[in-house]
Amino acid sequence: MATITSPATRQLHRDVAQRHAALLRPSLARRARTVAVVVALFGGLIASLAYLGFSPGRLFAGVGRFGYILAWMMPPNPESWANAGFYLNALLQTLAIAFIGTTGAAVLAFPLSFLAARNVVANRIMHILARRVFDTIRGVDSLIWALIWINVVGLGPFAGALAIVTSDFAALGKLFSEAIETADRRPVDGVISCGGGRLAEIRFGLMPQLLPVVLSQLLYFFESNTRSATVLGIVGAGGIGLPLSEMIRTDEWHQVSFIVVLLLITVAVITWLSGKVRFAIIGARAV
Amino acid sequence: MRTLRLAAATGNLDVYDRAARRRQSRAVLGTLVMLVLFLVSCWIAEVRPSVLVDKFPAFFTYFSDIFHLDSGDLVWTAPADWYWGLGKWLASLGETLLMAYAGTMLGTMAALVFCFLASRNFARSRASQFLVLRFLEFARTVPDLVFALVFVIAFGLGPVPGVLAIAIHTMGTLGKLFAEVVENIDPRPVEGISAAGGSWFAQVRFGALPQVLSNFLSYALLRFEINVRSAAVLGFVGAGGIGYILLVSIRKFYNSDVSAILLLIIATVMLIDYGTERVRHLLVDVERH
Repeated sequence: MATITSPATRQLHRDVAQRHAALLRPSLARRARTVAVVVALFGGLIASLAYLGFSPGRLFAGVGRFGYILAWMMPPNPESWANAGFYLNALLQTLAIAFIGTTGAAVLAFPLSFLAARNVVANRIMHILARRVFDTIRGVDSLIWALIWINVVGLGPFAGALAIVTSDFAALGKLFSEAIETADRRPVDGVISCGGGRLAEIRFGLMPQLLPVVLSQLLYFFESNTRSATVLGIVGAGGIGLPLSEMIRTDEWHQVSFIVVLLLITVAVITWLSGKVRFAIIGARAV
Repeated sequence: MRTLRLAAATGNLDVYDRAARRRQSRAVLGTLVMLVLFLVSCWIAEVRPSVLVDKFPAFFTYFSDIFHLDSGDLVWTAPADWYWGLGKWLASLGETLLMAYAGTMLGTMAALVFCFLASRNFARSRASQFLVLRFLEFARTVPDLVFALVFVIAFGLGPVPGVLAIAIHTMGTLGKLFAEVVENIDPRPVEGISAAGGSWFAQVRFGALPQVLSNFLSYALLRFEINVRSAAVLGFVGAGGIGYILLVSIRKFYNSDVSAILLLIIATVMLIDYGTERVRHLLVDVERH
């Protein structure tokens, strides 16, 4: 590349370069630290892959078999109308589980989240206790809750719905209490200055601020719950998961891909719909 | 909403009343729709309130059961009996953590490659952007447990299919998040490099990457937290980790084992959450200085 700069400009460039030497040429210590972090991350990755039983031969054979499976999946085919109806029904059950799970969890979590919010309940012990309970329940996956609920109410979609209620209850409780804590204080002060009681503070000071946030979060949870509800069936808690895992285990790959396609369409439709609903609730100002 | 505010401000009470009533009736309608949907869902999902009422005590009995040893003593009276399999369980838990770590790393690396191809400002062409976006959507819509089920058949039992399932799911979710971050960067550094004759790769490396790296790291850490939780259940389908031991002890009513393993998992998840939060704060501090 031909240089077209005058000596003065070049001098200016040199000056700028000198002034920001630290940016252009990071210190040895900084560079060593970056290299060390990268080496540690990748060294750790390779070591753990080796420890977990990854080997080129195994990967190669596995990818080959996976290629066959993908080929067997084409085209997606339920084999019969009865099967297609059965899968649609199971999918509907999955959606029902997700819906009950989300709404049930919200109804339970909403009142309790006030206990976990610092600005509503001044009692520190109460607040910390509520937070710990939420964290403990959240640490357990919904699939584990499903197993526990199966032991209580028996196999079937009801156990699945209860599992989602349980695990979402904690996650929503945490989110709601955070929304309450970050809510604007002034409307509440306004209600107090008009002589409103504790309940009026919440109903007229906090609720109008919370409702759009809560509803939009619920929609996100419903979306994610449709995904988690699809796998609940693997442990026998209802929905599409059971036929899906059965078909995978019995090598009925056309039907597997048919179910997966159904799943993709459903999730896409729900995402689209919840986007519309969210827009209707919050309006353009939130976008 | 606007009519309501306007009416309130101008003191036009008649209009205010009508607007308020319209809002109220919309809220009532919304609630009714939700209620009907809920009842229909209950019918489809075979919800039986009577069973819940009957069996609800059983839920608490179950929790009391898992905190009792076979001898009938409370678990904490004999910690050695309670945690008899500590070594084995910790090894499994370690395997679970390694799976989450390896899966997160592999998935993040794949997301790093795909996010630039999926972002509006760096995609090579509209068609390739569309294809990459659909591919990422597929990877995050199919649950990782389903990938694990298929991979168990292709790669055999053990942690290998688990790691791959986590990696694919992580690639799908992070790829989309990363692409959104990339779309929101300041275009000027990229334009500068482009103007100086930098290649596409140079634009990504020196124009975009320095702006997005800390955000990427923070998202990857959040994903690691989530992956630890999901790695704990991948064992349910034979894809390695502590899940298999937990599944067997719940199914076979090895009650005190259930509580011991659950508490180990909860403690680990909390520790990881705490640790990643510390690292995230550290990253923010580094960024500021």
